[in-house]
Amino acid sequence: MQNSVSIRDLSLNFGSVKVLEHLDLEIAQGEFIVLLGPSGCGKSTLLNCIAGLLDISDGQIFIGGRNVTWLEPKARGIGMVFQSYALYPQMTVERNLSFGLRVAGMKKDEIERRVQRAAEILQIGPLLQRKPANLSGGQRQRVAIGRALVRDVDVFLFDEPLSNLDAKLRSDLRVEIKRLHQRLKNTMIYVTHDQIEALTLADRIAVMKNGVIQQLADPHTIYNRPVNLYVAGFIGSPQMNMFQGTLSGSTFTTDDGIAIPVGTYAFDTPATGAIKAVLGVRPEHIVLGDEAANMPFQIDAEIEIVEPMGSDTLAWTKIGGQAVTFRCDSDVVIETGQKVRLGFDTARGSIFNAETTNRL
Amino acid sequence: MADTALPLEAGTTVNRPGLLNRIFLHNLPAKIAALPMMATVLVVFVGCTVWTIYYSFTNSKLLPTGKFIGFEQYERLFSTSRWNVSVSNLIAYGLMSLVFTLVIGFVLAVLIDQKIRFESAFRTIMLYPFALSFIVTGLVWQWIMNPTLGLQGTLRNLGWTGFTFDWIANPRMVLFALLIAGLWHGTGFCMVLMLAGLRSVDDEIWKAARIDGIPTWRTYVSIVIPMMRGVLVTAVVIIGSGIVRLYDLVVALTNGGPGISSEVPAKYVYNYMFSGGNIGQGLAAATMMLLTVLIIMIPWAYLEFGGKGRRT
Repeated sequence: MQNSVSIRDLSLNFGSVKVLEHLDLEIAQGEFIVLLGPSGCGKSTLLNCIAGLLDISDGQIFIGGRNVTWLEPKARGIGMVFQSYALYPQMTVERNLSFGLRVAGMKKDEIERRVQRAAEILQIGPLLQRKPANLSGGQRQRVAIGRALVRDVDVFLFDEPLSNLDAKLRSDLRVEIKRLHQRLKNTMIYVTHDQIEALTLADRIAVMKNGVIQQLADPHTIYNRPVNLYVAGFIGSPQMNMFQGTLSGSTFTTDDGIAIPVGTYAFDTPATGAIKAVLGVRPEHIVLGDEAANMPFQIDAEIEIVEPMGSDTLAWTKIGGQAVTFRCDSDVVIETGQKVRLGFDTARGSIFNAETTNRL
Repeated sequence: MADTALPLEAGTTVNRPGLLNRIFLHNLPAKIAALPMMATVLVVFVGCTVWTIYYSFTNSKLLPTGKFIGFEQYERLFSTSRWNVSVSNLIAYGLMSLVFTLVIGFVLAVLIDQKIRFESAFRTIMLYPFALSFIVTGLVWQWIMNPTLGLQGTLRNLGWTGFTFDWIANPRMVLFALLIAGLWHGTGFCMVLMLAGLRSVDDEIWKAARIDGIPTWRTYVSIVIPMMRGVLVTAVVIIGSGIVRLYDLVVALTNGGPGISSEVPAKYVYNYMFSGGNIGQGLAAATMMLLTVLIIMIPWAYLEFGGKGRRT
């Protein structure tokens, strides 16, 4: 099937500053892609390039099989939703939705039909005659989505649409965006720095750093098989536990001298000889007590801090000199100062080359 | 705090502070601090206004001592052709000045807002005339527009003998000469105000408009200008108050001439009060100016601040 959006060898420079370099991205029809990264990684810039709001320095952009590299934003068949909503403050909701269509000279009844459809999908019918100032943040963002909806386009672009909302609204609207995607089946490109949004919404996540896509994969792969140290550290909260050490054969020895068997680990690229490596283990993959008894690696540790989170409990401890967090069920009673037996299986961990930072 | 205030008189109960107590002693330091300003407002603004209106109904000549004569000063005022010319001049100049200052100021602001280089240099150059007084502005333009010494004379001396630019000496065109000097002085400031307004519009609004396919001019007219309402009101108030008290520019540029063709009300008031020795007449003219301003301001203020919940 033809790709909905394809970006080929895209580069963008501001003077001598290279913001995006030789970037390729193929997005299938109806796919939900999330561009994820810290601020300044170029994710919003990439979105603006796709939208046509920034002129690119090199490369090509295809949307729906058409080369749109030098087309105006309105001619690209896209709708865009912004972080600040960017509603026109002096117009009613109805006019906000219809203004672009009116200017384009569309027939009145067609405009009416599209506005009604958008209002129905987003449940903003009762708000149509209000002005943006009289709407809550969540309602405003719905109107902003509606403005993209009435354009009847194939590709939706979201630029951190939930970042200005409070936590509760954010999770509500997140579900609504997912529902919207399931109903409309449009291609959606979504920029965010929030990994929860990325993991929950995306078909595929592109983790970006310094204008380069580090890993492009489905959320499960991104979370469980990060391709390098950067992705491993960026995704996951609390962070993955990282042990510095040496890998030799099927044993990983930490710098503190603790030997951890890695025989169960599925290597992408088997290492030869002894090399400097980093072993990463997610907090929820460390178990304690009886469960630990079955694990290839076991060690005794003393609990330093306990953080009950409600649904589960986070605990801080040390393995060797290395601070380690692990997650356990909230029913398990653990206390500060308690000695516990911890264990984990490196089959569910990740091992990286310390020099190249790539996954082994 | 009011509880700790001492009882004023033997008659007042100790626990409930009296009315006087509440008015004068509650928050005393703040009231003392505000006293000079309150005195200024009462004496200078309210007091002098009342004084002005009262003496406009007297036949005072050199000193405000005359006796009450009703509307005689006003009858005389409106039968004086110099006053009538002054009023129509002010209306014509005011309308043109207001419209052109706003339009030119806005266009300049839009041009400067295109991420051009040396923006701050341009801004300084444009704002510079505003730092000069109207007297200096008037004198400079008087030299430039003087038919024998200024632009016309220079170009004729250079060989362009047919060149004519004598607005300052032409009773039909002198108002436009005034307008040129006024615009040169005021548009830079208006531009800076407008620029601040333009800068306050979020970048994402512009992006959204581009995605919607709205042409740039349409974005300005339908989206940006309505968003700049606050700045526009500020600009109109500042320009308007400058127009009403238009005086020094006229004195320096034309001194009301040729003849009485560029007279303005403020100059009329000044001349009658301080050189014509006819305080009653001058104050009657001043009162008429006040009345005009109020007639414009009161409905506007009512619309702007009156209706509850109308504004968003």
